[in-house]
Amino acid sequence: MIARVVAGLVVLAVGGSAAGGGPPHRAPPSGTISGKVTYTGTLPKLRQIDMSKEPNCVTQHPTPVMTQDAVTGPANSVRYVVVYISAGDQGAPAATDTVHYDQKGCLYIPHVAAMQVHQPLAIFNDDPHSHNIHPLARVNAEWNKSQPKGAPPIRTSWDQPEFIPVKCNVHPWMHGYFVVLATPHSAVTDSTGEFSLAGLPPGKYTVTAWHERFGTQNQEVTIGGSETKTANFVLTARPY
Amino acid sequence: MGKLFAVVVTVIALVSAAIFAFHVWWLPPDISTHGVRIDRQMNETMVVAGALFVLGQLALAGFVWRFSAGERGAPRPVKSFPGGPTPLVVLATVLVGIEILVLTFVGSKVWADVYQTPPAPGALQIEVLGEQFAFYFRYAGADGKFGAMHPEMMNDATENFFGLDPANDTTARDDIVVGSLVIPINQPVVLEMHAKDVNHSFYVPELRIQQDFVPGLVIPLHFTATTPGKYELVCTQLCGLGHYNMRAFVEVKTQPDFAQWLKEKAAAL
Repeated sequence: MIARVVAGLVVLAVGGSAAGGGPPHRAPPSGTISGKVTYTGTLPKLRQIDMSKEPNCVTQHPTPVMTQDAVTGPANSVRYVVVYISAGDQGAPAATDTVHYDQKGCLYIPHVAAMQVHQPLAIFNDDPHSHNIHPLARVNAEWNKSQPKGAPPIRTSWDQPEFIPVKCNVHPWMHGYFVVLATPHSAVTDSTGEFSLAGLPPGKYTVTAWHERFGTQNQEVTIGGSETKTANFVLTARPY
Repeated sequence: MGKLFAVVVTVIALVSAAIFAFHVWWLPPDISTHGVRIDRQMNETMVVAGALFVLGQLALAGFVWRFSAGERGAPRPVKSFPGGPTPLVVLATVLVGIEILVLTFVGSKVWADVYQTPPAPGALQIEVLGEQFAFYFRYAGADGKFGAMHPEMMNDATENFFGLDPANDTTARDDIVVGSLVIPINQPVVLEMHAKDVNHSFYVPELRIQQDFVPGLVIPLHFTATTPGKYELVCTQLCGLGHYNMRAFVEVKTQPDFAQWLKEKAAAL
């Protein structure tokens, strides 16, 4: 309070009108839900991906590449978990930034991409050969397009919420997900298993964590104002 | 104009025959034990078919030359074959039919020796899966047994191309699945070929083998490779959009190298 008064005096003293002369603008309260996703149980053994049919890709990976369906990090953290608001959204503005999805070294980067319905999606081929991108959509319209080397990105978006597996028909080991959500509030955990959902107005939310092998979990979180709430998830891993 | 046509036909016939006769674009060197017989059969077929081709084309050119309209007027009158066209057609059909039947009987003996004999006892068994658009190969592992295939469990994302169920099937746990066909030299190999979706084909020119995959059938195929090296295996049945890229490599290794490779793969499981 004292700081605000002092700041006001300073503004008056220099005769400026930085505040516009009216009442000071206040941003609406905005909360954040952050946390970490970990696992218990026994992990499935990751298998080495055999890329021998595409020598270009073999040379791009000096170390063995493992399957990405259960990627974990230090302290049992789980990567590629989609954490999102599944209930409680209050008409948040739509996400308009373009989601980038790359094909490089015969892998999808990122392995899992989360996006809102109608959010622009651009798919790039950074490899010196053709790929064929095939989202196995069931609710949305399924499609299957070839993308030769140097071809422009495929720009598209999805109309309905859906978890869409993505595969490349000519490189069967290439596998990823487009997670299309109703909400703009989503995050994919990084190698430390951490996530953060910001810009949430006060309210009661259901936060959902989804992993392709370890399943789904929900938590109820109430945001009262400009605060950060923690929601940690512990998923159960099975060896097979 | 007719004489020009006769010259062009003669040149095309001789040049194309020479390309075959001198093996300008020929098969790559054979690396299999049975390939010698296939190559001999191929040569015999080429000689017979080639001789008839050259003779036929030269006859065509000769007639065109002789009976074409010259600069001085009408073409020479053409006499008809004795008895009209019917005996001519019958004669040609019988001649060509005899040629084809001879080639078929001689060739089928070679084919049957390669494809319709049982593999040698103790042959190395490898399962092959053809799918849109890749080949995968499975080795039985230390227990010498293949885990059962469950089509509903096939999952490319987890590299479970053969639909194994390691949770419940202990014989599946040590199965080695790879994207290249690795085989030892001088040891008979039996492939058990499965198609996951549509017809594919297993073609390795150096092995002198081409065999279709058919969904629903397990097709055995056996051969013995003799020369170490890396060869390309391609699909030769148009199987869909990515057919152009359906290929794998065949790596023929010496016996110790093969044993070492198998050990490394087993250790990585």
